[in-house]
Amino acid sequence: MIEVRDLRRTYRGRLGRKPVEALRGVSFDVRTGQRFGIVGESGSGKSTMVRLLAALDRPTSGTISFRGIRIDELPERRLKFLRDELQIVFQDPMGSLDPRMRVRDIICEPLKRSGNREERLHELLDAVGLPQDAASRYPHQFSGGQRQRISIARALAPHPKVLIADEPVSALDVSVRAQILNLLAELVERYDLTLVFVSHDLSVVRHVCDTVAVMRRGEIVELGDVEQVYQEPSHLYTRELIAAAPTLRAALARFQEG
Amino acid sequence: MSVLTVHGLNVSAGDAELVRDVSFTIGKGERVGLIGESGSGKSVTASAVMGLLSEELTASGSITLNGKQIVGMPERQLSRLRGRDMSMVFQEPMTALNPAMQVGKQVAEVMSLHRTQPDRRSARAAAVDLLGRVRLPDPQRAAKSYPHQLSGGQRQRVMLAIALANNPSLLICDEPTTALDVTVQAQILDLILANTNDSALLFITHDLAVVATVCERVLVMYNGRIVESGLVRDVFTAPEHRYTRQLLASSDLEATDENGRLRTVSHD
Amino acid sequence: MTTAAMKRRTPTLTVGAILVGLVVLLAVMSFLWTPHDPTRVDAAVRLLGPTGDYLFGTDKFGRDLVSQIMVGARTTLYVGVVAVGVAAVIGTPLGILAAMGPRWLGEFVMRVNDLVLAFPALLLAIMFGAVFGASTLTAMIAIGIATVPSFARIARSGTLQVMSTEYVLAARAAGRSRFAIAHRHVLPNVAGLLIVQSSVSFAIAVLAEAALSFLGFGTRPPTPSWGRMLQESQELLAVQPRLAIVPGIAIAIAVLGFNLLGDGLRDRLDPRLAGRR
Repeated sequence: MIEVRDLRRTYRGRLGRKPVEALRGVSFDVRTGQRFGIVGESGSGKSTMVRLLAALDRPTSGTISFRGIRIDELPERRLKFLRDELQIVFQDPMGSLDPRMRVRDIICEPLKRSGNREERLHELLDAVGLPQDAASRYPHQFSGGQRQRISIARALAPHPKVLIADEPVSALDVSVRAQILNLLAELVERYDLTLVFVSHDLSVVRHVCDTVAVMRRGEIVELGDVEQVYQEPSHLYTRELIAAAPTLRAALARFQEG
Repeated sequence: MSVLTVHGLNVSAGDAELVRDVSFTIGKGERVGLIGESGSGKSVTASAVMGLLSEELTASGSITLNGKQIVGMPERQLSRLRGRDMSMVFQEPMTALNPAMQVGKQVAEVMSLHRTQPDRRSARAAAVDLLGRVRLPDPQRAAKSYPHQLSGGQRQRVMLAIALANNPSLLICDEPTTALDVTVQAQILDLILANTNDSALLFITHDLAVVATVCERVLVMYNGRIVESGLVRDVFTAPEHRYTRQLLASSDLEATDENGRLRTVSHD
Repeated sequence: MTTAAMKRRTPTLTVGAILVGLVVLLAVMSFLWTPHDPTRVDAAVRLLGPTGDYLFGTDKFGRDLVSQIMVGARTTLYVGVVAVGVAAVIGTPLGILAAMGPRWLGEFVMRVNDLVLAFPALLLAIMFGAVFGASTLTAMIAIGIATVPSFARIARSGTLQVMSTEYVLAARAAGRSRFAIAHRHVLPNVAGLLIVQSSVSFAIAVLAEAALSFLGFGTRPPTPSWGRMLQESQELLAVQPRLAIVPGIAIAIAVLGFNLLGDGLRDRLDPRLAGRR
């Protein structure tokens, strides 16, 4: 589905500062139906990766192919197919929704001006578990979890094949996080989506994904089956990452011993 | 003797009650976690303890810090307590630091302000010491830098240095690591643990794993009330309140139902 | 409603609307009826104090002050609409273009902007008056052109801010064209800023007209204008301060009204703030 080869992206340094190498030669494949996780901390290049995958930015060198078509050098007007087939859910459920648009207009934004908009809107609100009367309200009238549902409905609107979720739950409460993760899992199954899930939290990726790429400073340091990476991390950094994250299980296990 | 005693605390905004009948105590050297989701009243409770409630909120009940009543205390007296007897670390260190002032000066200021150091010079030296204590590399140089020149984790270290400067008897941490990377979070939590042996610690978070790592006791807040409290090991291994059980279930990413779904909290 | 929401609900909008409404009412009424002919010179009634027939008295030519204020309100509104219209219609698209277009274009637009900004507005108006003939229209087109940079600047900074949000990124990922993004996301979100700027510019234009008329480059006699009323009162300031105070208060009411209206509208137009009411 997606093929990334030796991708590099360097941001020009401003006012005499050094240029920033956000990506330093990244290669991976995402197969159809795969749930592909990208894990990394701030500065790892994962946000740059998302922008490049969605062709919202251009690489300095390297190639990205989507269903065999190079998208890294296509002009915007020829990216129409990608805009329908690949959609993004962003991290900040407030910042990614235009505060001055009603939910109806937000969700229908990716749709063409053809008929049946009302019907599709109805379907989408239903699919993400929002009440129908949500359509006429504004984003600020919803809680964080509900806003993320709006964001997901918008992403699903054009019947995409690939969904990129960029830290979709890191701004949410734990209890809401579980609901949104469940919703994503359900939708991925129901609509046969290929999922690219970006997160700083390996335990979330482990729950959601089957494959994971661990990124650090613009490079992939480890790539493989998520259980294997989690159970037997081969790279030092992955081990650090796992050790640093406090998990409830580990803490409870300590109580049982003590 | 307990450092902080909260008894029958109510906080309301007009007709809406944000915190209802909250009571708890924290002793010297004790580390207490306060958990619950956004809007449950965690942060309002912390603000009430610091005497930092915004104007439109009114508090009733009793909050005593080392025997002194905080509720209804005039601002002048409160400001003498804040930063000396009690201090707070916020979630977002960038907005909590003055962007136009060297961080060393900001640490020194809190000591000069409360006259815990005899003069400017010793306050300055103490500030560099503190920055070393929160393990900022090259504290001399770090003291001369401005907040935007530091990373998120480094800024939070500076916040911690400011909070610890006058050896407060009470330290409140409000989601201090939520905005940080996992590896940095671990370091900051270690620092908080290492520096609060003689203080009372109130640690607010929505992350149960963090509470289990840092605290001995835990208070579970839901809808403005404390619905459950006790030792972390008891509450987390044998939760009694339905909300606590659901919260634990939804936090555990390894426990799923027959369809591979996480358990969620049902609101009613 | 919480006490916080009540505190926030200041009467700014209401007071602003009432003051502006007063000016509009005077202007509309003047088309239908004025107590006297505002331009009729009558030596018999020179410099009368306030009486039942002449509510604010008469000026040195015997013209009724109330009638002049009423007809002068038309000039004031005309002036504001022309100046703000010119500034907004040219400045807003320029600012949005500078923010969304290629970098070199943005730099170019902003440098030209700085040039215009560095040129005093009144001087520009006087030059226009000298070249095209002094009239209210030329003066106000000049003031409008001089105000273009304020609009361009605000539209640009607002646009840059909107362009950096995730919802614009989401719109791009949804395949929206640049034009559609400017139309659907940028304009509504910078509209608030521009409305505030409009009201402030409106007030400045009213003041500028008064100043230009005072200097003799604005509204030509005999058309009544508040600024010219001020100018004509000058020589009698010590004896008849009333002649300066009446148009002075009228100008102050209009300027204050538009400023308050702008502030109030900004709060009202923001759905995030409106939700708290």
